[in-house]
Amino acid sequence: MTAADQLPQGAKFLAAGDTALVVEFGNRVEERLSASVLALARRVEAAAIAGVVETVPTFRSLMVHYDPLTISNAQLKGRLQPLLSGLAGSVSAGRHWRLPACYDRTLGLDLAEVAERTGLSEAEVVAQHSAAPFRVYMVGFLPGFAYLGGLPAALALPRRENPRLKVEAGSIAIAMSMSVIYSIESPGGWNILARTPVALWDLRREPSALVSAGDRVNFAPISRAEYDELAGKARAGELRMTPQSQGA
Amino acid sequence: MSAALACLAPGLLTTLQDLGRVGYQHLGIPVSGALDPISLTAANLLVGNPAATAALEIAYQGPYLVVEADSVRIAGAGAAAPIELIAAAEGGRPRRLQIGESARLARGDRIRVGAVAGVLYLAAEGGFDVPAVLGSRSTLVRAGIGGFHGRPLQVGDRLPLCRARASEAEEVRLTGLDLTPPASFRIILGPQDDYFTPAALSLLTQASFTVTPASDRMGMRLAGPRLEHSKGYNIVSDGIAPGTVQVPGNGLPIVLLADRQTTGGYPKIATVISADLPALGRLTPGATVRFRRVSIEEAEAARRQQAALIAELARRLVPAPRAARIDEAQLQDANLVSGMIDALAGDPA
Repeated sequence: MTAADQLPQGAKFLAAGDTALVVEFGNRVEERLSASVLALARRVEAAAIAGVVETVPTFRSLMVHYDPLTISNAQLKGRLQPLLSGLAGSVSAGRHWRLPACYDRTLGLDLAEVAERTGLSEAEVVAQHSAAPFRVYMVGFLPGFAYLGGLPAALALPRRENPRLKVEAGSIAIAMSMSVIYSIESPGGWNILARTPVALWDLRREPSALVSAGDRVNFAPISRAEYDELAGKARAGELRMTPQSQGA
Repeated sequence: MSAALACLAPGLLTTLQDLGRVGYQHLGIPVSGALDPISLTAANLLVGNPAATAALEIAYQGPYLVVEADSVRIAGAGAAAPIELIAAAEGGRPRRLQIGESARLARGDRIRVGAVAGVLYLAAEGGFDVPAVLGSRSTLVRAGIGGFHGRPLQVGDRLPLCRARASEAEEVRLTGLDLTPPASFRIILGPQDDYFTPAALSLLTQASFTVTPASDRMGMRLAGPRLEHSKGYNIVSDGIAPGTVQVPGNGLPIVLLADRQTTGGYPKIATVISADLPALGRLTPGATVRFRRVSIEEAEAARRQQAALIAELARRLVPAPRAARIDEAQLQDANLVSGMIDALAGDPA
């Protein structure tokens, strides 16, 4: 190992070619790791290192995309290393979104199956999911697609055996130990519990993605009639969401 | 009517691409952009555009277009493909436009691009007048954004041009741009090479792989020996770099290209170096791919060398041979002396 590879908090640099560098904090989905990743992302942004093009926070690592004609891999490691000290405990509050969610079976297509597989009643599944304080660990896979940590352990489930060719935008699902929100229509294999009328991704909006990594999210159950009304407003671009609180 | 190239036949996958949508990967938005940015740069250079101007990226089979502008200057660069220019005037006898050469066309002239051995870029002087989405005109079909209405070209489309007519510039030809694929593509191991058996790691650089028809702008799917995982094939998703070689459960590598997803949960055995990605992006199904390990320092040196080559391209422009010049006065001359009417395309509509 070179000196630059001996990093605080068990972090390590992993090569990802000559235009990206991974700073990895661990290999699990854990709030502690996510917090370090997000704190580092903010520090890298604030440091405005010449040659750094953009960063992508994930559950357990930060990918730093850079221009090798401006900064070398070795130079970049040298610039990042001092930013790694004292990351733990610097969790930002993030914004807090309270998203309406309709758990009606006509939209929460797998609610009955989830209840059966977890041994809970449908009402208990809804109660536990809508009471959970989630945190956005990562936005990725599709534009605006959100991965939320904080799913009650009793609700954790693997993929469905038969993935769907089409999952509607706004679908809220269980993905292993997390909850996810499908931002745009796509194929998908996760267990769909509910749907939100709020657009997670809307090009008419700036920024287009509603939530960012580090934000907190919880779901407020609504009826099917309320869903239809809000969905109509959302289509017309008249459903404006504001966070409950603005984080640091 | 506003200036445009109208589409009589779209080809198989014709999209507008520039150098990509940078800065939004943290929101899940792929970078996209040209599979072969060197050829895009060359095509733009030939028509006097900045390198990052959006041009048509043409794969497999090219489009058939008609000029609906007073005049337009175009050029093609990239993989080999027949480009026919059919003059509206004089009975429409076609002539061939060489790859790496500019030409000026008049209203009603048509452009027919045949089968493309890889990807080809067709640039228009001044560029195409489509809105930038999140800072880029690149088409991302999967999300329906960018380019022309977020999708590949279709019959009946009118691709708006920024210029109503071509400038009076001389036609040019680009010399000395070698687009021959390298004997092997250079890789840097990681970030998850520790998820593979020693046998898989040696196969990666000793075996040869074949580009399969299931490849697309997102990823190049390779056939060949299976690369065995040593500790499963599910990892907690992390970031994806350009040129990432990910290996899903079936052991067959996928090299992630321009439309790659921003994050992914399969182990990534290696990454193709940035200097070799344009050549990789130019490959076509059936092509053979071999990999060779290099150090990060070698990758950086290769990239600097390539950047120097690109910077030098402008000095490699020479006047195009006479047949390609469509300067009106010269055309008249040529017409009188040689009767090369098919080359003239000089309908002053």
